Amino acid sequence: MKNRIGLVVGCILIMLWCLLPVAWIISLSFKSETAITNGSPGFFPSDGGGAGWDNYRAVWDNEQFRRAIFNSIGISLIATLLSVIVATLAAYAIARLEFRGKKAVLTIALAIAMFPVVSLVGPLFDMWRAIGLYDTWPGLIIPYMSFTLPLAIWTLSAFFREIPWEMEQAAQVDGATSWQAFRKVIVPLAAPGVFTAAILTFFFAWNDFVFGISLTSTENARPIPASLSFFVGSDPFNRPASLLAAGAVIATIPIVVIVLIFQRKIVAGLTSGAVKG
Amino acid sequence: MTAPVKPAKAKPVASDRARAETRLGQKLVAPAIVLMLLVTAFPMLRALYLSTFDYALTAPDDRSFVGLSNYLTALTDPLFWQTTGVTVLYMVVTVAVELVIGFIFAMVMHRVIFARGVIRTSILIPYGIITVVSGFAWQFAFSFQNGFVNGWLPFVGDDFNWFGQTGSAVVAIMVSEIWKTTPFMSLLLLAGLAQVSEDMIEAAKVDGATWTQRLTKVILPNMRAAIMVAVLFRALDAYRIFDNIFVMTAGAVKTESISFLTYRQTIEQFQLGMGSALSVLLFLSVLVVAFAIVKLFRVDLAQARQES
Repeated sequence: MKNRIGLVVGCILIMLWCLLPVAWIISLSFKSETAITNGSPGFFPSDGGGAGWDNYRAVWDNEQFRRAIFNSIGISLIATLLSVIVATLAAYAIARLEFRGKKAVLTIALAIAMFPVVSLVGPLFDMWRAIGLYDTWPGLIIPYMSFTLPLAIWTLSAFFREIPWEMEQAAQVDGATSWQAFRKVIVPLAAPGVFTAAILTFFFAWNDFVFGISLTSTENARPIPASLSFFVGSDPFNRPASLLAAGAVIATIPIVVIVLIFQRKIVAGLTSGAVKG
Repeated sequence: MTAPVKPAKAKPVASDRARAETRLGQKLVAPAIVLMLLVTAFPMLRALYLSTFDYALTAPDDRSFVGLSNYLTALTDPLFWQTTGVTVLYMVVTVAVELVIGFIFAMVMHRVIFARGVIRTSILIPYGIITVVSGFAWQFAFSFQNGFVNGWLPFVGDDFNWFGQTGSAVVAIMVSEIWKTTPFMSLLLLAGLAQVSEDMIEAAKVDGATWTQRLTKVILPNMRAAIMVAVLFRALDAYRIFDNIFVMTAGAVKTESISFLTYRQTIEQFQLGMGSALSVLLFLSVLVVAFAIVKLFRVDLAQARQES
């Protein structure tokens, strides 16, 4: 009995921990700009200090913000797609084939996952300007791909190891061609893993900030996190907290939707690559 | 339906076949390797080269070779050591707090039978949220004009300015960092907990071990690999702390981390030579941290991470 109460309290604490700041930023996004300028220290909008949907409308009418959302969605999706294709090839090779250099691949991937991103920004900034990739979509897609590859390769190879590959031969014995065997047996088994890797890759690209602020200078390619940090409203001396909060909420929606739909897969993906004895 | 055929996992008999397999394997991993090295190894070598120049983008024609003097300047500057100190402080405190809270969360999630989906979904929300957004959320929460923190905490005045001095500003940044990354830690620990055999815990219980004894003698030793991996990954991540500082204080009141200093030199002040030297130093210090943790805890990465 005592245990049960402890668990319930624990669960409530976890939920509070996870959701309180989210509730706070949502509440902030509904405060009016005048309330913010005058100071509004309460958790919820005070009487008459609410703004309804005004902040959301204002943010959405902002051309730069819309561009940034569009950039983020485009860049993250392309980087995810390409990174997952490349990682699938590599993970398949690691999980199924014996070849020289296999250890080296895993070591390189591990080293890159630990790499301090900022220390690459200077040289990349210089190189990208020299070859014309600075402030373009590919200029962000390429670094995102290389930095999401380690995670994607680990997750995928962990998944691929679990696939009973003998089933492919069994299908062939039963008269399927090798392509049919691969498509009908292996692809459905591998798909969840590929999908998980894609979600995690998308999270990384969507969250990136360092590349976003260093390798872009205009709204050509600036993604949403960078754009939010440079966001100034009509009054450049007063950070428009409530507008920013509305922007932040909009930028969070895609992630929350993905989490709601795929939570089981994400947990499996995060842990399967990491802690396999 | 035939009985599952179990051909012995093709141990290469013919060396021709082994060579073909090697070729195929290398061909399949080549794109990944090329991409990873293109954006890391090549720029790193370039940073090494640039770091020996006095080279500012604002005056590209004045570029001159200065040997190791950029490193000397950095290493003798108190600012460099101060940012390194703050960075280590961020790393040690956040990882320690996260380990404790993350472990408690993992224990709760491991035992709980009801509302599993809801809890897992909520714990993924901080993980998924953009760091910049969580930085803003916490910055506004700690703001004395528009935040609720001062009102909720009994021991600080309502007009206490958290971002006015180093100590409290560092605390605010750490809170944001801890909030955002504890879920990651607790998920890794949860996976570790799942691998501790229930039978052993039951056996200890039958033998009359107290809860504390079961925790320290059975559960924790069996989770060693998981704990080490979680600590290593979070520590290296925390050492690179950047986003939260950028958003919350922009490096003011000595909250600057070594990543932030590097960024400021390179991108804001266009000092590519000096920035590159700092990049190399940052990279080397990450290696030192990684090496220290691996040695200290004797983590066998290959075993914990991949090669079963």
